[in-house]
Amino acid sequence: MVDTAFGPTPDPHPGGPQAGYLAMVRRRRLYGSVLAILFFALMASGFHLADARNAGGFWQGLHQVFDFPAEVVREAWAKRANLPGLFFKFVPSMIETINIAAVSTLLGGGAAIVLALLSTRGLARWPRLIWVFSRLMDGLRAVPEIVIALVLIFVLGGGPVPAMIAIALHTSGALGKLFSEVAENADLKPVEGLASVGARWGQRMAFGVLPQVAPNWLSYTLLRFEINIRASAILGFVGSGGIGYDLKLAMQWGIGKYDQVIAIFSILFLTIVLFDQLSGHLRERLTKGAHK
Amino acid sequence: MTDAALRSTPTAMIALFRRKRMVAFSLPALILAYFVYVFLAFDLPGIAARARLDNAAILVNDFWNYKTHVTRDNRNGAVTVAIEGEAKGAYPSGQLPDWVTQSGGITRINLGQGHVVTYEGAGARYEVPGYGTIAITPEAGKLALSLPPGDVPSWISVSDTRVDVTTDAGRFSVTRNRTEVFRYQPGWELFFFTLDSPYSGLGPLGAVSALWGERIDPTRANIVGMVQDFWTNKMWRHGDVAWALFETVLMAFLGTMGAAIVALPLAFVAAANFTRLRSLRFAMRRVFDFLRGVDGLIWTLILSRAFGPGPLTGALAILLTDTGSFGKMFSEALENIDEKQVEGVGSTGANPMQKARLGVMPQVMPVLLSQVLYYLESNTRSATVIGAIVGGGIGLLLTQAISTQKDWEEVSYYMVLIVLMVMVMDTASGWLRRKLIKGA
Repeated sequence: MVDTAFGPTPDPHPGGPQAGYLAMVRRRRLYGSVLAILFFALMASGFHLADARNAGGFWQGLHQVFDFPAEVVREAWAKRANLPGLFFKFVPSMIETINIAAVSTLLGGGAAIVLALLSTRGLARWPRLIWVFSRLMDGLRAVPEIVIALVLIFVLGGGPVPAMIAIALHTSGALGKLFSEVAENADLKPVEGLASVGARWGQRMAFGVLPQVAPNWLSYTLLRFEINIRASAILGFVGSGGIGYDLKLAMQWGIGKYDQVIAIFSILFLTIVLFDQLSGHLRERLTKGAHK
Repeated sequence: MTDAALRSTPTAMIALFRRKRMVAFSLPALILAYFVYVFLAFDLPGIAARARLDNAAILVNDFWNYKTHVTRDNRNGAVTVAIEGEAKGAYPSGQLPDWVTQSGGITRINLGQGHVVTYEGAGARYEVPGYGTIAITPEAGKLALSLPPGDVPSWISVSDTRVDVTTDAGRFSVTRNRTEVFRYQPGWELFFFTLDSPYSGLGPLGAVSALWGERIDPTRANIVGMVQDFWTNKMWRHGDVAWALFETVLMAFLGTMGAAIVALPLAFVAAANFTRLRSLRFAMRRVFDFLRGVDGLIWTLILSRAFGPGPLTGALAILLTDTGSFGKMFSEALENIDEKQVEGVGSTGANPMQKARLGVMPQVMPVLLSQVLYYLESNTRSATVIGAIVGGGIGLLLTQAISTQKDWEEVSYYMVLIVLMVMVMDTASGWLRRKLIKGA
C-alpha cells in the first residue's frame, strides 16, 4: 500500500487529454450527422410534398422536360428565315425593359442614399428618428415588387410605369440597407472637419461621407441593376410592359409563334449575360480601386 | 528641372480641377437628359391622363371597408341582405342585422345619421336629412321620381331606367328589376366566422368567454368548433391561404437548398485550385453563366410545360437559376481559401475527399452558409412571383384576387401576409446566419 502514495495522482480523464478530445469530436460528429439526417429528411419530405401538390408529377414530367424546348426549336428552325427580322422587332421592348430597370435603379438608388444616411448612427440628421427610417426600409424591402405592380396596374393602367414604380420602391429599401451598412464604417473625421467650418448637414454628407462610400455604393447599385433587369422582365410577364409582355403574348399564342418565343428567349439571355459581364467588370474595377 | 515641375504643378492642378468640375456637372446633366428621354418614352403625360383615380378611391375604400347589399327583386318582391352581395355572405332570413327591419311587407333600412330607406309595395323612398324625401314608384314600365322642389343635386343621377343616389351614408339604386341599398361599414367582414357558423356575431369578448361557457354547437367543444369554422371560413379561406403561404416558403426552401447541394460539388470543378484542367473549368463556368443567364422566368416557363402548375415546378426553377449563382459564388470562395490547411491535411496522408472535407470545408462553410441563407430570404420573394406564373402558392391567390377587381380586402389581406412572411424569413435567416457563423 505504500507505493501508491508515490504514484501519479489519479487522472480526471482516464486515457489523457487525447481521449477527452476524441470524445468531443465524437459528440460533434454525432450532432453534425443528426443535423444532416434531419436536413435531408426535411428536403426529401419537402420534395415529396411539393410533388404531391404539383399538377404533374416529377417522374412523369422528367422525360418531357425537353419536349417543349424541342418543339419550340423545331418550329423556329423551320422558320429560321424570320429570326433576324423578329430579333430586331423585339429590340424596342428589350430597351423598354432595360429602361424600366435603369430608371428604377436610379430613382430607388437616390431614395436609398437619403434613407441610408438618415438611418445610419453617427450620420443621421435626426438621431431619434433612426428607427423610423430603418423600419421604413425594412417595409419597402419586404413588399415584393409584384404586389405593388399589380395594384398600380389597376390604378394607372398597363404600361411600364407601374413596374418602374414597384421596382424603384423595392430597390430603395434593398439598397438603403446595404448603403447604410457601408456608411456605418465611414470615417467620421472629414464630417467633423466640415462641421467645424459650419457646413450644413447636406454639405457634410455630400463632401464628407459621399467620397468615402461612393465606390462601394456604386458597386452595389450596379449589382442591383443586374437584378432589376431580371425583375423587370418578370414583371412584364405578370403585368405589362417590356419584353416580358411580348413573351407572354407569344407563349399564350403557342404553336405558330414559337419563332417569336425563341427570338425573345435569346435576346433576353444575351442582354442579361451582357449586363452581368459589364457590371461584373465595372464592379471589380471599383472595389480593386478602392483597396489601393 | 525643378523649375519646370514647379511651374507645371499649378497648371496641372487647374486642369485636374477643371476636369473634375466637368464630370461633376455633366453627370447630373446626363442623368437629367436620360430622365427626360424616359419621361417621353414611357408616355408619362398619357399615363397621368389615363390614370383611374376613381379606381384608386375604390381600392383605398375597400381596403378597410366592406359593403352590405340590401336587395329587393322587383319582380317577386323578395328581399335579401348579403355581405358584398355574395351568396356565401347572405344573412339567413329571420336573422337580419339590426339596422334592417321587416314588418308586413315593409322593409326599413336605417343607414345611420338619420338616413332611412324604406321599401314599400313596388316603390321605395329615401329620406335624406337636410334635403327631403326621394320617392320612386314604377309606373308603366318607367320609374316615376318625386324629389323635393329645386334643382336635382349632383349626387342624384336620373335616367328613364335607373336612379342612383350616393350619400355619405351609402348608395341607393333603383332599376326596373331591382332596388338596392349599399351600406359601407369599416372592417373586414366575416373575417373569423361566416354567417352560417353558430359562432358568428359573438364578438371578441363573447368568443373568449364562450371558450369556458356552454357548448354553442352541442356536437363539438367550443374551441374545436371555432378553430374548425375559422379554418374553413368560406369567404376568407384561411386554411387555403395558410397552405399557399406554406407552399411559397417550401418552393423557396427546396429551390435554395437544392441549388446549394447541386452547386457545391460543381463549384470544385470550376475552381482553379482544384481543377487543373483549364477546358473543364471553362466549360463548368459557362454552364453556370448559362443557368444564370436564362433566368428564372424562362426556366419557369419551360418547366411548367413538363411538370404542370404547382410548387414543384417553382422549386425546380429556383433550383436551376440558383445553381448558376451559387456555382459562381462558391467557386470564387473556393479559390480564395488558404492552401496551408489543405497541405497540412494532405501531409497526414489524406485522400482528396478527406482533404476537401477537413481542409477546405471548414474554411468556406461560413461564407457559403451566409450566402445560402441570404438567398433563402430573397427567394421567398421570388417564389411569390414565380407562384403567380406557375400557379402555386400565395402568388396565385394574389393574382386571382386582383384580377377579379372587387375583393380588394382580400388583396390587402394577402399583401399583409406576404410582407409578414418575408419579414419572418428575413429575421429567421439573419438569426440562423449569426448563430451558425459564430458557432463555426
